[in-house]
Amino acid sequence: MLIHPLLKHEPNHKKTMNTYTINNLRELEAESIHIIREVAAEFEKPVMLYSIGKDSSVMVRLAEKAFYPGTVPFPLMHIDSKWKFREMIEFRNNYAKEKNWDLIVHYNKKGFEAGIGPFTHGSKVHTDIMKTEALLEGLSQHGFDAAFGGARRDEEKSRAKERIFSFRDRYHQWDPKNQRPELWDIYNARVHKGESIRVFPLSNWTELDIWQYIRLERIPIVPLYFAKERPVVEYNGAWVLVDDDRMPKELAHQAVMKMVRFRTLGCYPLTGAIESAADTIEKIVEEMMTTTKSERTTRVIDFDQEGSMEQKKKEGYF
Amino acid sequence: MDINQFLDQDQQKDLLRLLTAGSVDDGKSTLIGRLLFDSKKVYEDHLVALERDSKRIGHAGENIDYALLLDGLKAEREQGITIDVAYRYFSTNKRKFIIADTPGHEQYTRNMVTGASTANLAIILVDARKGIITQTKRHTFLVSLLGIRHIVLAVNKMDLVDYDENIFKSICDDYRRFVTRLDIPDVQFIPLSAMQGDNVVDLSTRMHWYHGKSLLNFLEEVHVGSDRNFDDLRFPVQYVLRPSLNFRGFSGKVSSGIIRKGDEVVVLPSLKTSRIISVLNAGEETEYAFPPQSITIQLEDEIDISRGDMIVHPANRPRTERQFEAMLVWMNEKPMDPYASFYIKHTTNTTRARIDTIRYKLDVNTLEKSAADKFELNEIGRVVMTTNKPLYFDPYRKNHGTGSFVLIDTITNDTIAVGMIIDKLSESDLSSRIHIPDSKHKIDNGLSLISQKEIETKYRQQGSTIWITGLHGSGKNVLAYNLERRLFDLGAIVVLLDGSTIRSGLSRELDYSPADRAEHLRRVAHICKILNDQGIITICSFISPKESIRQQIAEIIGKDRFKLVYMDASMEYCRKNKPELYQLADEQKLRFMPGIDEPFDVPQNAIMNLKPNETEQNCNDIIDLLAREKLFPLD
Repeated sequence: MLIHPLLKHEPNHKKTMNTYTINNLRELEAESIHIIREVAAEFEKPVMLYSIGKDSSVMVRLAEKAFYPGTVPFPLMHIDSKWKFREMIEFRNNYAKEKNWDLIVHYNKKGFEAGIGPFTHGSKVHTDIMKTEALLEGLSQHGFDAAFGGARRDEEKSRAKERIFSFRDRYHQWDPKNQRPELWDIYNARVHKGESIRVFPLSNWTELDIWQYIRLERIPIVPLYFAKERPVVEYNGAWVLVDDDRMPKELAHQAVMKMVRFRTLGCYPLTGAIESAADTIEKIVEEMMTTTKSERTTRVIDFDQEGSMEQKKKEGYF
Repeated sequence: MDINQFLDQDQQKDLLRLLTAGSVDDGKSTLIGRLLFDSKKVYEDHLVALERDSKRIGHAGENIDYALLLDGLKAEREQGITIDVAYRYFSTNKRKFIIADTPGHEQYTRNMVTGASTANLAIILVDARKGIITQTKRHTFLVSLLGIRHIVLAVNKMDLVDYDENIFKSICDDYRRFVTRLDIPDVQFIPLSAMQGDNVVDLSTRMHWYHGKSLLNFLEEVHVGSDRNFDDLRFPVQYVLRPSLNFRGFSGKVSSGIIRKGDEVVVLPSLKTSRIISVLNAGEETEYAFPPQSITIQLEDEIDISRGDMIVHPANRPRTERQFEAMLVWMNEKPMDPYASFYIKHTTNTTRARIDTIRYKLDVNTLEKSAADKFELNEIGRVVMTTNKPLYFDPYRKNHGTGSFVLIDTITNDTIAVGMIIDKLSESDLSSRIHIPDSKHKIDNGLSLISQKEIETKYRQQGSTIWITGLHGSGKNVLAYNLERRLFDLGAIVVLLDGSTIRSGLSRELDYSPADRAEHLRRVAHICKILNDQGIITICSFISPKESIRQQIAEIIGKDRFKLVYMDASMEYCRKNKPELYQLADEQKLRFMPGIDEPFDVPQNAIMNLKPNETEQNCNDIIDLLAREKLFPLD
């Protein structure tokens, strides 16, 4: 097994220079809180997009901290593609109830009634209609002028240049050539009616930072992140969970029990599991540091075409 | 080491934000690619893509082109250049790093400035074969403009000059000569080869003559904590938190300084004072907070505070003014319209601003200054600006948080320029602002239909100004009004100008700060000039506390017709005369009071020093003077 070079060394006990030092996690936390408050102060109708994933969970925790002892002054919105893992929905419902969140669940009604799904229509059509279109519809219906997303710059190459305040025109489109300069911690929040800003308060966090923070703050996450024996089938070159009976029977019949977990969560037919025994955050991090594949390899949509994330972004997907 | 130990340690690492500047040709992308690669931030699937892309569009022959790891957007990849700022993340045993990767091409000053705005340190790459070139100087200047205090000059491609020590040394000498002109406290030189890996992560065995650290080792150890300003408390209120009747909090980021429970503070602009009774850092009670923490505080007293206000220590306040000078970088394709007004966003404040004067444009390659009437994309220069409401600011050099701002187009909402506020207006700067060389010429031309001779014959006088200076309550107005009456009765054509008349209309938007006062007096001086040009005698009653300003007024009006008279009253007399004003000033409720918190320069060049309460004698003396100098009557 590969040993990550960072794990080879003994701890380095660096003496702190004064009491006014801040560690990387707390610095990122402070930066994110600053961004979240700025949005609450400057926009008329912000919303926080909640995907139920680990990054979203961190983002919501930061929002709660930003306004403590008050409550978060904007709603959360989950765009439900109707093909999310069942455990995700269950987690969402319980957690939102426990925390008393103002949670909006939006789905594309027309698409749902037409029976759009990844098995029958393919990943591209499904994603376009049930995710991208649903998101734009949800944002427009409520007239939100700012939407927080949990995307990080280290996730994917095309995100490395994303602004923290990412401008979208009245068609929700992202134009890489028409993004505003962003300096210091001064964010330009001015938009005309119909235009909006996508805000990414976790821009500077890495995958490891997210796990660290979840560990430190004991943030609950969907159990699918932890390894367990689960029924999976091989589909489009990935291990896909048999999550409900909408999976074609001939496919579901090939199910095998494997010790697996998920690095990212999305629509179950489009999210590949990895074989793993990591059932604690510590083990996940250990595994993450010795793995040789990036987080997004488990997302099926990325393989559609080169630069596909970039294309998705232009169309309005995060 | 087990994973728990690792995580505990990892969590304690600090964060270094760095900027890399240089072009693709200097091997910048290769260097970053290697830092990421060697710190194992490159995943296998990225690597597979990298090998594929290297063969297809790479510039490294059969080798892996690390640069391809970095180019994000498709369009850019095809052009073979990076055209925006990209952020990269990696960590080592000792630190976490965020790299702002910016391209080196001239037209992208904008991106470099963006990347530099959040960086603690800059790596500037040069090609050992080329040495210090114009681009290197430009990068260094921009880095210093944005106030980065640590530079690493990475002399790359040492493998292509046979790892020659002399070449490295001569490049370092060249650079030192240039960099001493700029204000950068820490400059390091490292010879390396990004392609071969020499001195990037590990020390090279091919440059035994080099005794410094490897680049990565240096980055891990450089101390940047003291770059933060812990001295001057500046807490711009970002958000007012009022979840219930018994909790009223003020949230924001500590921009600089330390804020402690129990501290006495003053709120700008209301100048109300109170005490801090609690500090919440990210939701948790704490004794004190420091930059860049995002906190919420509660005050002992119920004071009306809103977003945009600033909380500071009473004895250490920022400048509160509507006018300041700044270095401006134009960030938009659309050139500056010098007559337009903009939104200015400064800390948590947004107001309108306009550009009064462009002092000069700076050539980033040669650092030469030249005159300009507007800025275009990527141009940099020094301007004087006026805002609609006062801002609470410090010079950028001392305080990045309160010294920086962005300008936003009022129609498109684009961020069109960014600025860094310069130290206090100096006297010499004020003078160049007030003295406009061609204005005399213009006005002279405007008067050409009536000759000086005709005016003198008709009015029996020569235009001149009796300028009465003195403290508040020294009796200036008593003298001025009596003198006006006397001269009028004698048949003179006189106009009286005093502070309250001018400030109630013409200078209505100006306050008593030094910059506003200078502007106010500049206007008065120009009125005097116009009236004097037309043969009218003006009597002016203004405190005009500064010698420098009085000299500028004399220059505008014309030295031969400016008659400075000083009301030489004791402070005691003035206090008795205007007790309410002085009391307010003593209680610090009134700022910029000459003789109290603002200096009053006793004039050394007044033609008369007059005592108050001798009004009749004083009028006689002045009337005698006008006759003696043949100003009035003129026979």
